[in-house]
Amino acid sequence: MIAVLVRDLRLAVRAGGGFGLGLAFFLIVVVLVPFGIGPDTDTLRPVAPGILWVAALLAALLSLDRIFALDHEDGSLPLIATAPLPGEGLALAKALAHWLTTGLPLSLAAPVLGVLLNLAPGGYLWLFVSLIAGTPALSVIGTFGAALTVGLRRGGLLMSLLVLPLYVPTLIFGAEVTRRGAEGAAVATPLMLLVAITLLSLAALPFATAAVLRVNLR
Amino acid sequence: MAGLRVTDLAVARGGVPVLTGLSFTVAPGQALILRGPNGIGKTTLLRTLAGLQPPLSGTIAGAGEDAAYASHADGVKAQLTVTETLRFWADLYRHPLKDEVFADFDLDTLRDRPGGTLSAGQKRRLGLARLAVTGQGVMLLDEPTVSLDAASVAGFARWLTGRHLAKGGLAVIATHIDLGLDAPVLDLSPFRAAVDAPGGADEAFL
Repeated sequence: MIAVLVRDLRLAVRAGGGFGLGLAFFLIVVVLVPFGIGPDTDTLRPVAPGILWVAALLAALLSLDRIFALDHEDGSLPLIATAPLPGEGLALAKALAHWLTTGLPLSLAAPVLGVLLNLAPGGYLWLFVSLIAGTPALSVIGTFGAALTVGLRRGGLLMSLLVLPLYVPTLIFGAEVTRRGAEGAAVATPLMLLVAITLLSLAALPFATAAVLRVNLR
Repeated sequence: MAGLRVTDLAVARGGVPVLTGLSFTVAPGQALILRGPNGIGKTTLLRTLAGLQPPLSGTIAGAGEDAAYASHADGVKAQLTVTETLRFWADLYRHPLKDEVFADFDLDTLRDRPGGTLSAGQKRRLGLARLAVTGQGVMLLDEPTVSLDAASVAGFARWLTGRHLAKGGLAVIATHIDLGLDAPVLDLSPFRAAVDAPGGADEAFL
């Protein structure tokens, strides 16, 4: 598992990897939105939590199709599949690598970029907390989607269509945590639901990913 | 290791049966060369032996966990150096990365070169070396000598007999050229499945 993780991280940060891609996309969306809807604090502040979360979610989606497709194209995947590493371990390692290269940097960058959207002072901490708690689910669900569409030509579009509905609960509760935090209200309920979704995906989806991968490699 | 024993195997590709009634054994320390025209099912057979797809019928004993399958593609990442690539495969298969593999596949001078700058033949040598570092006992090789020059083919045959087979490993090789191995040849043509053979994947749905 560590071997796969180290290799994927190496591939991501070297030239042509996906590391900067999601982060740059996030930055662009967050910078462009105030131009689009005007710099007025009263307009920006209410939409800031939602925009930040949607932008982070789309940024995470951007690099999903690289998870298995690149290994499939160059013929690494069959040899990885016959390794002593079980498919579930492979799925977890891939998801973790994806999270370390997208979810974690996005969570760290989001509070900084929140300033551009006039996020209310109370919201920064909860924005960070909700992203840290929610993005692992995005990576695990995304890895499942990537496994579903591995081997399909131009599978990226289909994968987005399959994965986006599964992202909705995370988005709703993640944005809700941030919104309530920004307004100074209690965040416990949506935060617990957000963490529950993440834990549930972490527990169940690696098995589904491994099963789907086995079928797709036939 | 007890060797590879295949009994009455039938395999399908894309839901169409391609080979049927196939039986053979490969003893430890032996290699088997697969021959047959394009599309006969050599790759499908190797993938089935590797456990990547289930057989239609019949049994395979002795491959399973101990198999390493290399497709036509080399699995070389442009951004990783030769050493990093081999280190990854060795770690993944929990096998030590021995220094001799660089000499065996003539990669000594290429250790720190990124995969993207290698020539086709050098990539192929790296692709074969990645199999060697897995340390698996059953090597399933699909056209291993594509884009290799004569010297590299001889080097590969030397590695196969001297390092792999000598240690009790076995190999099933689909190839069209003469590797200079002392190995039995299995022609797959007689085992071609009839066009309307039963067992296609969609049968249950039709």
